[in-house]
Amino acid sequence: MSEYILEMQEIVKEFPGVKALDNVNLKVKRGEIHALVGENGAGKSTLMKVLSGVYPYGKYTGQILINGVEQRFNTIKDSEAAGVGIIYQELTLVKQMNICENIFLGSEFEKFGVIDWNRAMAETNRLIKEVGLSSGPDTRIVNLGIGKQQLVEIAKALSKNIKILILDEPTAALNETDSENLLSIIKALKKEGITCIYISHKLKEVKAIADTITILRDGRTIESYPNNELVDQSKIITGMVGRELKQLFPRQEHTPGDVVLEVKNWNVYNPELPDRKAIDNVSFNARKGEILGVAGLMGSGRTELMMSLFGAYGINKTGEIIIDNELVKVKEPRDAIEKGLCYLSEDRKKTGLVLMMDIKENITLSNLNKISNIMGINENEEIKAANEYVKALKIKTPSIEQKVKNLSGGNQQKVVIAKWLMAKPKVLVLDEPTRGIDVGAKFEIYNIMNKLADQGVSIIMISSELPEVLGMSDRILVMHEGKISTELDWKDADQETIMYYATGQQPRTLKELEEV
Amino acid sequence: MISKVKSEQSPIEIIKLSLRNNFRQYTMFIALIGIMIIFSALSDFFLTPRNLSTLFLQTAHIAVLACGVVLVIVAGHIDLSIGALVGFTGAVVAILPARFGIGIIPSIIITIAVGALVGLWQGYWVAYREVPAFIVTLAGMMILNGLLLGVTKGETVATSGVFNKIGGGYLPNLFIQSTPRDMIPHDTTVIIGLLVIGAYLWMEFSRRKERIKYGFDILPMSLFITKIVLVIALISAIFSVMALYLGIPYSILILMLVGSLYTFLTTKTTFGRHVYAIGGNKEAAKLSGINIKQRTLWIFISSGILGAIGGIIYTARVGSAAASAGVGMELDVIAAAIIGGTSTLGGEGTIIGAIIGALVMSTLNNGMLLLDVGTTQRLIVRGLVLLIAVWIDISSRKKGA
Repeated sequence: MSEYILEMQEIVKEFPGVKALDNVNLKVKRGEIHALVGENGAGKSTLMKVLSGVYPYGKYTGQILINGVEQRFNTIKDSEAAGVGIIYQELTLVKQMNICENIFLGSEFEKFGVIDWNRAMAETNRLIKEVGLSSGPDTRIVNLGIGKQQLVEIAKALSKNIKILILDEPTAALNETDSENLLSIIKALKKEGITCIYISHKLKEVKAIADTITILRDGRTIESYPNNELVDQSKIITGMVGRELKQLFPRQEHTPGDVVLEVKNWNVYNPELPDRKAIDNVSFNARKGEILGVAGLMGSGRTELMMSLFGAYGINKTGEIIIDNELVKVKEPRDAIEKGLCYLSEDRKKTGLVLMMDIKENITLSNLNKISNIMGINENEEIKAANEYVKALKIKTPSIEQKVKNLSGGNQQKVVIAKWLMAKPKVLVLDEPTRGIDVGAKFEIYNIMNKLADQGVSIIMISSELPEVLGMSDRILVMHEGKISTELDWKDADQETIMYYATGQQPRTLKELEEV
Repeated sequence: MISKVKSEQSPIEIIKLSLRNNFRQYTMFIALIGIMIIFSALSDFFLTPRNLSTLFLQTAHIAVLACGVVLVIVAGHIDLSIGALVGFTGAVVAILPARFGIGIIPSIIITIAVGALVGLWQGYWVAYREVPAFIVTLAGMMILNGLLLGVTKGETVATSGVFNKIGGGYLPNLFIQSTPRDMIPHDTTVIIGLLVIGAYLWMEFSRRKERIKYGFDILPMSLFITKIVLVIALISAIFSVMALYLGIPYSILILMLVGSLYTFLTTKTTFGRHVYAIGGNKEAAKLSGINIKQRTLWIFISSGILGAIGGIIYTARVGSAAASAGVGMELDVIAAAIIGGTSTLGGEGTIIGAIIGALVMSTLNNGMLLLDVGTTQRLIVRGLVLLIAVWIDISSRKKGA
């Protein structure tokens, strides 16, 4: 038998227009904990979906060997049969069912369609002991904390006799204690002979638990090495970000004016986990005519921060929002819009557009009072206004009566931007404004941002693409676990510095660097 | 909306585009004409002014109620209490004069207020307490059925002859007395018909003028004239049918007013636009600053008010209020809206479509009655029509996408 339990060779996976995986190689030794790290969008999750059969054989190229034997998975069931189990970041348990029902969901012990519950219960008891779960097998999932739910997921995977357990960001939603508990369970499983592929942004955990570390970047394997005393977090970070700036950004000098938005001691709790702070005592400001970049890894609270300011997220909010020297109370998005704070959401199809409406109806949706009088909406004024924005933002469409679902991603994004421009914002938050947009349209959106900044709008841009943050921002806020870990001037910032703060580390000072 | 299309295109292209954009309405309209042609071939009596006027009378209350439920369904909700509300408000409007000696007009006003209150109650639970509309209106249906039984005490309450005119009466003659036999058209109806045509012409021309003023593209003159001629022919046909019989029924006049008001509400007002946005994408609507709760409340108040108006028309047509009134009517109303192109998923639907949908259903019913088709078969046919209408819509959408 070969030394490696799993070998993935020259995996290539393309989506329309993007090469998500470009000749990725991954070799996992039997019985080790193998950490897979990389930035947002580096290809980690795609690679795991290839491995678990979510993308069936034929939809990718390359080979998967388990114990030296080539595998061709068409479904998740196939990969499970070969001993591969995956636990996603988003848990997939049925909340209304109990632990036992969840563990055996889809693979019940049945005879002529009748389930043998005694056997299932006995098996569940064995499994929950193995993962260190203290609740009984008939406890319903709704009554479990998120950490225990995670353990149920692991028990479910173990019930399928898996040999390779994949964990995708398992501690992202967990608190300190639950995280430590989970890590010790993973170590215990390792002793039982289970191989684990561990995907995480938390480098501290990676360093603490991994036997081998593989780094992906831009869909490629960058390096893979054993985790020994020679490896430290800076080595990992260098590997994660070390790409050259390929894209060009229309960098413009802006002359920031007065502070237009000031946020003081802002605290927000997660509505789904009411005892967990999503935003922890954040204070920052945004100036007129500047582009403020907000960087951070997935789950760092960037979107939650901006959405909570906009009135669309969070419970038990405390702190102050000051717009133009006026303390404002924001209960609903309409309060924020009225005060001049607009938010372009990160998912334009789900939360930005009404897809079955046409371009003009989407543009005017937040601004109907501007084109209405006592006789209702003035259709001609509406067409005029929509035409102006279509022209100004160069939205490519045969007619403003085109339904937005028929537009390309870039043009859809411009429609949402047009909607907010019509609202005449003082502060415009753009959450991942260029996600899923082709290069040409990206450039146009950067130009629009520069133009708006010149007109005195304060732009706050959340982005997961570090080159974009570095290329466009005047100042950069870096977030980590609901806090702002630092504020940087763009001239002092580089990808590695941002990544240090984004992973919750302090970067070394120059002096320390010289000593190394 | 033919007139919005750019004039650089040839007239045929404009017509094609318009057909594609309003596929559901046109198919239902064509289906309606088709059904009418079939029935007129099978029954000599079907196409007489007398039968068509009766057909209109049978449709009025369903069509009025459908206008209200279009808003509800477009916003992504449902109203199951319509039938029970029709029964209850019908009882209220019958009992107030009969037991308490209140005049007809005050009784009607009180009844409409009662409908609005019922809407307020249901809207509150849906909008501010976030109970699904299905549950709220199912509960409302039971509560209203209980109330109906309570106020009628199981008895049938007759209504006065004057009141009954709302359901079955016709507008009086203005100058010349006429009867259906002498073939002199009903003068009031002719005058109202001419006024409607005049108003339509004024609207079209002022709209055209406005668009020229704004420098927008307009419909080529040939198409513009064709469109106007077609619409005027349609209006004239409807009014002649009524003029050649006893004139416009009061209930149809009410339907015309409600239909126009709701068309205005849905196409021209901020409220209407918000309703479509909420149904189309609730999250996007919320992030666009729309007050979803308040809008939802008003949608149900509107449904309550129209429920009361429907109840008044229905009771007046039957001539009495009974504990069994309105049972199952919500299903006819919802079916009419859906046949008329309202999407069950929300976000799409028109008032004119719902009225056509109501006409399709009652035409089928009327025609089959004339042909002596039994209740069993009639129900089956209507069920199948609903199923097929929605299937055609879904499959045409898939092709478009």
